[in-house]
Amino acid sequence: MSNIPAELMYTEEHEWISLEENRGKVGITDHAQDSLGDVVYVELPEVGDKIVKGEAFGSVESVKAASDLYAPVSGTVLEINEALNDGPELVNKSPYDDGWMIVVEVEDESELEDLLTPEEYEEQVEGE
Amino acid sequence: MQGIPLIFEKTKTGKEGFRLSPLEVPKVDLSETLGEDIVRDEVNLPEVSELDVIRHYTELSRMNFGVDNGFYPLGSCTMKYNPKINEEVAAMPGFTELHPYAPEEISQGTLEVMYDTQNLLAEITGMDNFTLQPAAGAHGELTGILIIKKYLEHKGEKRTKIIVPDSAHGTNPASASHGGFDIIKVKSDSEGLVDIEALKELVNEDVAALMLTNPNTLGLFEKNIFEISKILHEKGALLYYDGANLNAVMGIVRPGDMGFDVVHLNLHKTFSTPHGGGGPGSGAVGVKAFLRDFLPKPLAAQKGQMYYLDYDIPHSIGKIHGFYGNLGVVLKAYAYIKSLGAKGLKEASEIATLNASYLLKKIEDMFEVPEDILFKHEFVVSCNNWKEKFGVRALDVAKRLLDYGFHPPTIYFPLIVDEALMVEPTETESKDTLDAFADALRKIYQEAKEGPDFLKSAPHDTPVRRVDEVKAAREMKLIYEG
Repeated sequence: MSNIPAELMYTEEHEWISLEENRGKVGITDHAQDSLGDVVYVELPEVGDKIVKGEAFGSVESVKAASDLYAPVSGTVLEINEALNDGPELVNKSPYDDGWMIVVEVEDESELEDLLTPEEYEEQVEGE
Repeated sequence: MQGIPLIFEKTKTGKEGFRLSPLEVPKVDLSETLGEDIVRDEVNLPEVSELDVIRHYTELSRMNFGVDNGFYPLGSCTMKYNPKINEEVAAMPGFTELHPYAPEEISQGTLEVMYDTQNLLAEITGMDNFTLQPAAGAHGELTGILIIKKYLEHKGEKRTKIIVPDSAHGTNPASASHGGFDIIKVKSDSEGLVDIEALKELVNEDVAALMLTNPNTLGLFEKNIFEISKILHEKGALLYYDGANLNAVMGIVRPGDMGFDVVHLNLHKTFSTPHGGGGPGSGAVGVKAFLRDFLPKPLAAQKGQMYYLDYDIPHSIGKIHGFYGNLGVVLKAYAYIKSLGAKGLKEASEIATLNASYLLKKIEDMFEVPEDILFKHEFVVSCNNWKEKFGVRALDVAKRLLDYGFHPPTIYFPLIVDEALMVEPTETESKDTLDAFADALRKIYQEAKEGPDFLKSAPHDTPVRRVDEVKAAREMKLIYEG
């Protein structure tokens, strides 16, 4: 049973986002890291880059596969998790905490409305 | 590697396997001539005798596993046996001793084979023209994509997107992206085929092409191919055929008749030339007549009794390989096509499909398998039930197969199937071999039932045991530092 924190919002592509004022913190879910297996490389955008909701903003490479990361929301990248450069395993160990990926300045909060609730995401994961 | 020293570790100072003749010209001080900063004193090369070198590499070569010493059901790779007559043909001095700059008058035999191969491939696939230049599958894909791009530019159309199914080979989006296109993914429906409704929504005037493998990577025939073709063509987009799975349908259906505009073939897979060791391969690309003028140049052509290289290709994307491609591979493929003939090629595909279906029936009770689905030349089963019941994953099953003397199937692909094993037995394997492989899987299933630990530490009998792939990827060491 994968861990799906109640305070986060989710995408169909298995990213999570938390919102603090207009700062959205983004990572991948516990289910995603478990399906990917051991993560060996995380490719992230640079601070200042613009990302667009629904489009790829980076990728995660595991021993099994490389997968794109999809932006849950549009905006400017404020921070990236530099610790993932040397410690990509943080994504496996702590997907919702130390394994976060980027912080983005959310321009339009209404973009968050069509994201999945924890319940909806759980339903999707169970349906897979 | 456990127990196998590196050649560097066999060094004995002063040992050597060569003698240089005495110097016949005045000695030059390298530091003076080349500059001190680029001359190294310590190069740290192994110091070993000739016999040491021979024994070392012979020992390593004996650890190789290939189709010549065992069953190799690596899905999507078509590891069929490569008949040795292919090698004989490719090694004929008339071919090997020909210089690529030799005049056409004395290169007639080679040009004829190139010309014939272009035409044979066109006939097999239902296309009009073929180039033999691309060096391998992904190179063929890029060539095809560049042809499509040039064609659209020529028409004055600005289309920026290429659609690939979520079950596609990873090379498809990579090639399209390398060619400058944005990638859109179309999802599979519950049967594992392209979702027609989703495709309809995606196709518009921005879409340059859809890249499709048929049968697809799940081993399923895209039965809606005519409708797919119509959806694309009605909006002015093209249809690209990834020929990786042609081995299922040779002589039965042709991509050209299904509506494909551009096709690449992996001659090294379907047409039986050695592969899997890094090349060389051949990714011949075929097009319908309206794209002929965009092919790489030159093409082999015929005028009267003479064969020549035709450089008159007005909108050619240019050259994509030195000279004329990997000709040795083309010669082997030619030998294979000529040996089997039309009837033989069709039979090869029939037996490839029969072998896959037979093997699936023998093992399906142990895995999660979609119901009522007819696979073609390969099939995909899921080890999800192993994971849930025994805590054993597809990776563990694959590793344990090594102990039983088999090359494992492809694992964790296609991405849309969890814990996937993708098995392609090919037509060249006997019923005995298929039975032995099924028996090995059944034994492994028993072992899994008895507890996961033994499988989690497999392989046990190979020269190198379980490799730490995570460490290898995270802490890459590419040079020997002594």
